[in-house]
Amino acid sequence: MADSKAKPGLLLDIRNLRIEATVFPPGEPPKNIVLVHDVSLTLEKGKVLGLIGESGAGKSTIGLSSMGYGRGGVRITGGEVILNGRDILKGGKDGFRKLRGREVCYVAQSAAAAFNPAHRLMDQVVEATLLHGTATRAEAEKRAVALFKKLSLPNPETIGERFPHQVSGGQLQRVMTAMALCSEPDLIVFDEPTTALDVTTQIDVLAAIKDAIRDTHVAALYITHDLAVVAQVSDEIMVLRHGRLVEWGGTRQIIKEPRQEYTNALVSVHEIEHQEQKPGTTPFLSVKNVTAAYGRSDIKVLKNVSVDIYPGQTLAVVGESGSGKSTLARAITGLLPPEAGTVTFDGRPLANRLADRPKEDLRQLQMIYQMADVAMNPRQTVATIIGRPLEFYFGMRGRERDRRVAELLDKIEMGKGFSDRYPAELSGGQKQRVCIARSLAAKPKLIICDEVTSALDPLVANGILKLLLELQKEENVAYLFITHDLATVKSIADSIAVMYRGEVVRYGPKSKVLSPPFDAYTDLLLSSVPEMEIGWLEKAIKGRRMASAGN
Amino acid sequence: MSSPILKLVAQRVALGILLLLAVSVLIFAGTQILPGDVAQAILGQSATPESLANLREQLGLNQPAYLRYFHWLGGVLTGDLGTAMSSGQDIATSIKGRLWNTLFLAFWAAIVAVPLAIILGLIAVRYRNGWVDKLISGLALASTSFPEFFIGYVLVYFFAVKWQIFPGISTVYDGMPFGERMQAIALPAAALTLVVLAHMMRMTRAAILNVMQSAYVETAELKGLSAFNVIRKHAFPNAIAPIINVVMLNLAYLIVGVVVVEVIFVYPGMGQYLVDHVTKRDVPVVQAVGLIFAAVYISLNIIADIAAIVANPRLRHPK
Repeated sequence: MADSKAKPGLLLDIRNLRIEATVFPPGEPPKNIVLVHDVSLTLEKGKVLGLIGESGAGKSTIGLSSMGYGRGGVRITGGEVILNGRDILKGGKDGFRKLRGREVCYVAQSAAAAFNPAHRLMDQVVEATLLHGTATRAEAEKRAVALFKKLSLPNPETIGERFPHQVSGGQLQRVMTAMALCSEPDLIVFDEPTTALDVTTQIDVLAAIKDAIRDTHVAALYITHDLAVVAQVSDEIMVLRHGRLVEWGGTRQIIKEPRQEYTNALVSVHEIEHQEQKPGTTPFLSVKNVTAAYGRSDIKVLKNVSVDIYPGQTLAVVGESGSGKSTLARAITGLLPPEAGTVTFDGRPLANRLADRPKEDLRQLQMIYQMADVAMNPRQTVATIIGRPLEFYFGMRGRERDRRVAELLDKIEMGKGFSDRYPAELSGGQKQRVCIARSLAAKPKLIICDEVTSALDPLVANGILKLLLELQKEENVAYLFITHDLATVKSIADSIAVMYRGEVVRYGPKSKVLSPPFDAYTDLLLSSVPEMEIGWLEKAIKGRRMASAGN
Repeated sequence: MSSPILKLVAQRVALGILLLLAVSVLIFAGTQILPGDVAQAILGQSATPESLANLREQLGLNQPAYLRYFHWLGGVLTGDLGTAMSSGQDIATSIKGRLWNTLFLAFWAAIVAVPLAIILGLIAVRYRNGWVDKLISGLALASTSFPEFFIGYVLVYFFAVKWQIFPGISTVYDGMPFGERMQAIALPAAALTLVVLAHMMRMTRAAILNVMQSAYVETAELKGLSAFNVIRKHAFPNAIAPIINVVMLNLAYLIVGVVVVEVIFVYPGMGQYLVDHVTKRDVPVVQAVGLIFAAVYISLNIIADIAAIVANPRLRHPK
C-alpha cells in the first residue's frame, strides 16, 4: 500500500511509538508499565542511526519494534512503524513473518548464544534467504561466502561448515553480521554487537561491520550503551533515557556539543580525579612466582606471576578474557591452590588451600563479584546479607549488629530504609553497593574486585568507582581491581599489572605503565580502547602493530 | 567418528558391563537370602532331613555360595540358563518364545507411543498455556494416573465386550499370521501406550520449553520462521538429550514392567512367566528372568547415554 504520508528516500518512520509491558512485582498485583513513551524517529535509506542510553532506556525495545517484535510479553500499544511506506503494525502476524529476515534483519549482542549450537553456520546463515525464497541455495551460499570474505573471516570458503562452538566469539559476531546481510535487507538492527567482546577484538568487528554497511548500502539502527563505539559508525545519534527521547542530532554535534545535561554526563563519564599514590616501602600482600593450572592439566593458566599490594592502594589487573586475571584472584584467595610459588600476607606465607586458612586470614581478604545479583541469597534481606560477616567474624548480635549495618548502609550512600529489602527489589548499582558493604563489614585489608563495574551502565559504574575510592580513603583498604576496561584502570589504579596469556607482561606504577615506550601487547590494548573521536577507528586500525588474539 | 566420542562410548559400555555383573551378584545373593531352598520347595513340608540332604547333594546346593555363583554365571555366559525346578524344562528354550512375545508387544507399543508423545509435546509447546496445551497435559496425566489394570479393563469392556472389535484375551501362538497377531496385541499395546505416553510427552514439553528461552530461538523468530518451525528446527534438536533419556526409560518399562498388563490380557510374555515361577519359588527361573530384565534396562540406558553424547555437536565435532 503506497502511503501518501511517506517521504521519498525515507526507509523507516516511527511515529509516537508507545510500548508497554506487564510486570509482576513480588507481593503486589501485576501492573502495566510504559517502556517507551511516544518516541518518533526517521531513518533514510543507507544511513546509520545510533540509539544510545543506559539499560532500561528502551533502545532494544525500539530497535525490535521495527520488526514488530516484543521480547518477553512486551506489547506495542500505540503509534506507527512505517517501513518502506507501509505501517507494519497493521500487517498482523503473517506480515511480521514476511518482513523479518527479509526487509529487516537482526544482529544480537551475543552471537555465541544467538547461533543454534545444533546446526552448521552455513545452514543458519542462508536460512532466512531460503525461507523467503529470494535466492536458491547455491546462490545464497555464494553470497554468504562473499560476505564472509568481505567481513575478513578466515577460510571464508569453509567456515560455513563449522559449528558455532568451533569459531571464536569475535568471528561469530561477524558471521552473524553476514547472516543479517545475506538476505539483502533494507535495514539491520545491531543490538550491542560488540559489547560482549574483548576490547582488542571489538575494534576488528567494529571495522568489519562499518565496511559492510558502507559497501552494501544497508541502513542500520545501531544500539549500544557505549557512545565512543557508536560515534565510529553512526551518521546520527539518538540519546534515550527511561523510554523517552533526550536528544537527537548528528554524531559530531552529540559528542562535541551536547545540548542536554544528560548527554553531557554520558560524554564525560570517565573523568574521575584520582591522584596516583607512590608505592609504600613494604607491601602487605606479595604474590611470588605463582604458577597455577585447573585440574591436572598441562596448560598453566598462571605462569610465574609476581605482584605486590601496598596498604590502602589499588592494584589494577588488566587483560582480555582468558588472560588469567580471575585465576590470579582465585590463587590469592585459596580457591585454586597454586602449583608453585607463595602468597605472603603481613610477612608470613598464607596457606595454599582455602580450607587450611584460619578465620582471621579469611576475614582480611574479601571479594566483590561482577554479577551482584547472583552473589547474594535472593531470600535474605539486605540487613541479613550485610549482617552475616558481622556475626561470623565478630560475633555481633542484636542491636549492636543493626547499628553497624545502618552505619555500613550509610557508607554506601543507601539509607536505613533499604535494610528490609530483598535483592530483587534493588537496582543493579544498589546491588553492587550492598556487596561492597558486605565485604567492608569484615574490615578487611584487601578487597578483590572482579570486574565489579562491567555489568553496570557507565553512569552507575562511575558512581560505584567514586564510592570505592572514597571508602579507600576512609577505611585504608587496598583493592585488587580486575578489569578488562582500561578507562576504569586509568581512573582508579595506583599500580597496574597487564596480563596476557597467563603472564604479567607489564607491571609498575600507573604513570609508568601507561607511558611509552610500550610493549606490543600493551600498545594493542591501549590503542583498542574506543575514543570519542570521529575517525578514531580508522586511525587505530592503521596504527596497530599486532593482531588481536581473538582473531 | 572422532576419538573423544569413541572413548566416551567405550567408557559407557564398560560401565554397563560392570554394572550388569554387580546386578548378577545381587540377584544371586538375593535368592540365597530367601528362607528355604529349592530342595525344600520340591519336596514340600513333609520331607525328611535325609531326603533333603540327598536332594541338596544331587543339586549341588551344598557347595559354597561363590562356587555356585560362578557356576551359574558361566552357564549364563554360554547360553545355559539352567533348568526350571518346577517343570524340569530348559529355561533358555522356554524363555526364548516368551521374550520374543514381550519384545513384539513392546516394539509395537513404542512405535505408537514415542512419536505420538513427541508430537503431542511439540504441539503443547506451540500452544503453550493455551487450552490445547492444557487439554493434552490433562488427558495425558489422567491416562498415567489410572492404574494399568483399570485402563486394561476399561479397554476390554469397550473394545472387546461392548463393540467386540478386538479380542479381550491376547492369545498368540507360533506360526500365527501377522495380521491376527497384531489384532491380538492391539488392546495390551494400547494400554501400555496410554501408561507411558504422559511421561514422555511432559518431558518433551519441559525440555523444549527450557530451550525456548534461548537467544537462538529469538534469532529464529526474527528470521521470520513460523512458530512451529522454530520449535521443530531450532528448539527440538537442542532438547533431544533429556527426551531420549525419558524415552529409553519408558522403553525399558515397556519390556520389564508389563507384568500387570500381560496378566490382564493373558499374554504369554516374560512378565507372566516370571510371576508364575515366583509363586512356585523356582529360583533358577527368577534369576534368569531378573538378569534378562536387568540387561535390558542397562543396555537401553547405555543407548540413551550414547545417543545423548552423539546428539551433542560439541562432542561430535570437537574444536
